Amino acid sequence: MFGKLTLDALPLHVPIVMGTLAVVAIIGLALVIAITKYKKWGYLWREWITSVDHKRLGIMYIILAQVMMLRGFADAIMMRTQLAVATNGAEGYLPPEHYDQIFTAHGVIMIIFMAMPFMIGLMNIVLPLQIGARDVAFPFLNNLSFWLAVAGALLVNISLAVGEFAKTGWIAYPPLSGINHSPGSGVDYYIWALQISGIGTTLTGVNFIATVLKMRAPGMKLMQMPIFTWACTWANILIVASFPILTGALAMLTLDRYLDFHFFTNDLGGNAMMYINLFWAWGHPEVYILVLPAFGIFSEVISTFSGKRLFGYTSMVVASGVISILGFIVWLHHFFTMGSSADVNAFFGVTTMIIAVPTGVKLFNWLFTMYKGRVQFRPPVLWTLGFMVTFTIGGMTGVLLSVPGADYVLHNSLFLIAHFHNTIIGGAVFGYMAGFAYWFPKAMGYKLDEKWGKRAFWFWQVGFYVAFMPLYVLGFLGMTRRMNHTDNPDWNMWLYIACAGAFIIGLGVVSQLIQLYVSYRDREKNRDVTGDPWNGHTLEWSTMSPPQFYNFAKDPVVSDIDAFTDMKEKGTAYQRPEKYKPIHMPRNTGAGFIMGMLLTACGFGLVWHIWWLVIVTFAATIVTYIKRCYDKDVDYYVQPDEIEKIEGEHLAAVETTLKA
Amino acid sequence: MSQHDQSHQDHGVKPYVIGFVLAVILTVIPFWLVMQGTLDKAVTLWTIVIFAIVQIAVHLKYFLHLSLTTDDGRLNTFTFLFSALIIVLVVGLSVWIIYASNAMMMG
Repeated sequence: MFGKLTLDALPLHVPIVMGTLAVVAIIGLALVIAITKYKKWGYLWREWITSVDHKRLGIMYIILAQVMMLRGFADAIMMRTQLAVATNGAEGYLPPEHYDQIFTAHGVIMIIFMAMPFMIGLMNIVLPLQIGARDVAFPFLNNLSFWLAVAGALLVNISLAVGEFAKTGWIAYPPLSGINHSPGSGVDYYIWALQISGIGTTLTGVNFIATVLKMRAPGMKLMQMPIFTWACTWANILIVASFPILTGALAMLTLDRYLDFHFFTNDLGGNAMMYINLFWAWGHPEVYILVLPAFGIFSEVISTFSGKRLFGYTSMVVASGVISILGFIVWLHHFFTMGSSADVNAFFGVTTMIIAVPTGVKLFNWLFTMYKGRVQFRPPVLWTLGFMVTFTIGGMTGVLLSVPGADYVLHNSLFLIAHFHNTIIGGAVFGYMAGFAYWFPKAMGYKLDEKWGKRAFWFWQVGFYVAFMPLYVLGFLGMTRRMNHTDNPDWNMWLYIACAGAFIIGLGVVSQLIQLYVSYRDREKNRDVTGDPWNGHTLEWSTMSPPQFYNFAKDPVVSDIDAFTDMKEKGTAYQRPEKYKPIHMPRNTGAGFIMGMLLTACGFGLVWHIWWLVIVTFAATIVTYIKRCYDKDVDYYVQPDEIEKIEGEHLAAVETTLKA
Repeated sequence: MSQHDQSHQDHGVKPYVIGFVLAVILTVIPFWLVMQGTLDKAVTLWTIVIFAIVQIAVHLKYFLHLSLTTDDGRLNTFTFLFSALIIVLVVGLSVWIIYASNAMMMG
């Protein structure tokens, strides 16, 4: 009846996990009670869960990312404290089998369930607005993608309560991840969480490529798309090109584990190296998928807050394209030490070094954008400046690692850990933070509190250096990654410093939570009435904050890269058209949510070999989808009188503010 | 949704007939070469490969309507070239990597 699932799967004897579960249960219960008390279930269902509105989906993506960031950050704090306690041969408080799950979960969560949803969330909110579209090309698909991402995140969190998570590291290399060495449920949770959310990501990529190709405002040429949209477009091309490789590699690993296939086993003709190869053929483009949109955010932020047009728009677009293509032919640098031939290592070493060139072009473009501008040091700019310094250091250690000879010394040492945190936190995460602060008023209608924003930035920035610079040193001192405890007095001091750094970052995270609370409390004071709080350049700032659900009452006509600046200069911004036409809009649907939840149950059944559950939920998913395909009632028209009312109120408010 | 009619342009029978005739010619010639057996084996092989590549181009142009002049055709052409590039990169480089590793260990 329950496959491999027995009562032993519950972590009743692990106090840390039980404590966490108790806290999660209490918070969950409080939420349920609050929603019931204020009678918000219907509102949640109608306005959010079933919503196909890209702005709502974007907000939900970012909530998912921030919740998962708290989980991933808790993992990080546990690892750093364990390593600070377990010196001089002491065992610390986390036994190896628990510690191994924590570092695996930390990696998977931070990449797949924090960074990806954060990036996709920002893209969802901003991209259609920037190109003057009313929604994405396939609104229902967008909703489905979101719920598939949630399904993956749910499976990772369920593994905390039922069974275990993978103990293999976030890459899950065979033979360790094969059935002989990992007989438990951990790798299966890993596989199905990545598989289900990965399909959602691929669909998102397809959706947004179709959106930029087909749904741009009249007059907007490809080379007039805002730079963030361009950066996301390159990232989406990489998603479509690389995620199927992950899906394929994981499918083969699944066949090895479930049906005794031998793709990656050492006997019967399998080759474990092929998994490593395929994993990184996805894994390396993945880091550019994360960082390219962040580059786009920095470009928008720095040009807006310098009060200037972006320097070198065309070179920015081309540099992103070159990075995308080169990013696809460097993956072997993750496994130089596998021992392929010298020619192979040299080829991939050189392609890796060349990536520094287009990235350098971007850096100079940002510097030249600031040159002779009036730079306002608001939190988004602080994150951008912090990025420029931090990412440059990460880039330089990356070029160092791209020399195969040096890599043989530093491979799998803490130097590598320091390097990729240097680029992913200093590049991608700082970018999302900048974008979060920059577009928050657009999405929510009020600005974030700047005092707490600056505090958060400084704690993050200082904490980052204190936490990760010691890891470079530890790498040189010979400490390898994934160690549970150490016995080398030379390392102790650096481990203590790194632990302190993690807590400083923790203060940054706390500041961000306080910032959200304070901003919400003072929302009336910080309200963004005009929809254009920063004197923005692109079309998203020409809408209300938060934007009308139909985005634009009338299709904007575009003739410049900085379309909204152009309109403001020509005096055509905020014009009242003579009459409004009905607007064609997609209807909300519960199908995406239902399919996501069914697939969560299906993934759970697959992990525990509960075959009846798998068959029932999978069939129900297909039926739900077919039913949705035959649903004729998928759209409606917003009538001119409703548009006129919304637009009239907005334009009146804009006029009063502009006069004052 | 209003673009629905435009995206399915009527191509008529003409391209299919031209494509069919070309495809037949491009199939018959290599077939005939092999049946004759007059040419050297290596030359025959390379001729077949060249005809096969031309054949692919004919199919793409006349049956799948890839082109650089129409909007739809351009999108399809770039999608095709993109897929081809990715396959060449991923499969090609993977084969090279694994083959070289194997040679290092077994050779």
